[in-house]
Amino acid sequence: MHRQNSRIGATILLIVYFLLLIFPVYWMVNTSLKYDEEILSSMTFFPREVTFKNYAEIFGSSLWMNSFKNSLIYVFINVAITIVVSVPAAYAFSRWNFRGDKHLFFWLITNRMAPAVIFMIPFTQLYNNLGIFDTHIGVAIAHLLFNIPLAIWILEGFMSGIPKEIDETAFVDGYSFTRFFFKIFLPLVKQGIGVTAFLCFTFSWVELILAKTLTITNAKPVVVTLTVGIGAEGVKWGLLAAAGVLTIVPGAIVVYFVRNYLAKGFALGRV
Amino acid sequence: MKNRAWLFLLPALAFMSISAVIPLVTVVNYSQNYIFAGSMPFFVGVENFVEVLQDSQFIDAVIKQFVFTFLVLIIEIPLGIIIALAMPQKGKWVPLNLVLLGIPLLIPYNVVGIIWRLFTQADIGVVPNAFKLFGYMYNVTLNSNDAFFTILTVDVWHWTPLIILLSYAGLQAIPSAYYKAAAIDGASKWNTFKYVTLPKLRTVLTIGILLRFMDSFKIYSEPLLLTGGGPGTATTFLSLFVSRKAESYELGYASAASLIYFFIVLVLSYIFFQFISRVGRGVHHA
Repeated sequence: MHRQNSRIGATILLIVYFLLLIFPVYWMVNTSLKYDEEILSSMTFFPREVTFKNYAEIFGSSLWMNSFKNSLIYVFINVAITIVVSVPAAYAFSRWNFRGDKHLFFWLITNRMAPAVIFMIPFTQLYNNLGIFDTHIGVAIAHLLFNIPLAIWILEGFMSGIPKEIDETAFVDGYSFTRFFFKIFLPLVKQGIGVTAFLCFTFSWVELILAKTLTITNAKPVVVTLTVGIGAEGVKWGLLAAAGVLTIVPGAIVVYFVRNYLAKGFALGRV
Repeated sequence: MKNRAWLFLLPALAFMSISAVIPLVTVVNYSQNYIFAGSMPFFVGVENFVEVLQDSQFIDAVIKQFVFTFLVLIIEIPLGIIIALAMPQKGKWVPLNLVLLGIPLLIPYNVVGIIWRLFTQADIGVVPNAFKLFGYMYNVTLNSNDAFFTILTVDVWHWTPLIILLSYAGLQAIPSAYYKAAAIDGASKWNTFKYVTLPKLRTVLTIGILLRFMDSFKIYSEPLLLTGGGPGTATTFLSLFVSRKAESYELGYASAASLIYFFIVLVLSYIFFQFISRVGRGVHHA
């Protein structure tokens, strides 16, 4: 009887919590489907008249479409570079002891801790000198600052979970290092790579400070376009809400592709 | 073998030196110069650091930042553990629970800002209207406390799911035999939690606390979009304060403030890390 009561209590707690959790998101979707007159005149829990004109306006605007394109381009460049350089680095940390490895690892992690504002000033100067200010590759490189440490941290965890005996057996069996690495080792850690790619994708996709500082027009991402016009008189709430809904879509698509890996990634307790 | 390790690390280190080392050296260099737009920089040594540390606005931002991060941790960590404990361990509802928890984590920071602007907008927002029912005139642009606690609520809403997911993963890893043994020994619910559950959650909670500490300490987008740092300086947290200085071209001051900021984060993360691993271990052996 006692056990039954506590189960019911837990269920009620969960329902209340999840309603509070989802309500703000529902509110954004709700707003995105309304006409501006309705948004500004009163508070309604359902659109009086459902409209897709906010979405149509975004898909018809080159400013918005370019922003989405810019974001996708630099995020993909960033994730590609992150994975390519972090996989071997994580392998080195997980398999070999070398002078200063612990210190190097800690130093890498500290870059994940550093507040992005610190890098605002130097990046602007450096990028102007290198001629990569306001370019996709520029933002992608800036985001490596926090994604490489994160990727090495997570991948090292996954790789350490794979017994060293597997490496040794493969070498005894006459595998070359390259063949072992690509044919045996990488398939074993592909779940880890999936989780890592997902997390790097989201962190780069949502980052605002550096993306805002390093772009003007050519590489202006959607997160920056979203902030423009906020705070001014006559904010187009319906349009912003629709754009907000659309920014969640790429993340949702990535989650769909890595969904099977994600559960295991979290279960390893090393996120 | 040794050489091969460095060969494997080389690409990552090359990129990290472009995006971390060179900028950091530049900041250190700037922090020791007096720089203002249009004029030649000249060397002033530690003067910028002294100026920052004597600036009551900077000290004010630091204190506000500490209060905020402290509140974030004492709300999100216990709440996260409680919700994770309430979640079903297996069955058909598990996937739905996990998906719902994942949704806030996928929303870009500034969309979070937009959602909550809509939510807290005077007259048309849900929050002001809800408070009106209780006779309280909530106004995020005029009342400092409203603004501060709104930002806090946003953070709790956005990031508690991360703590829940981590705790839940940790709970899944505890073999049910542990609980049976505790039940046979006649342990109370609280004691089972304290001596069986909590020690097993140590690793995931260490990661969770560190991530929440680091990220709440550099909160930026939410106050920028929701309150613009106001009213007055009520929600001007450290990142916003420093970025305002940089945007007004007080580069020497902003660089020195950045370095002090980074130093605080580093020291606190280190202390946290040591403290948590020690306390956890103590419980474990008890």
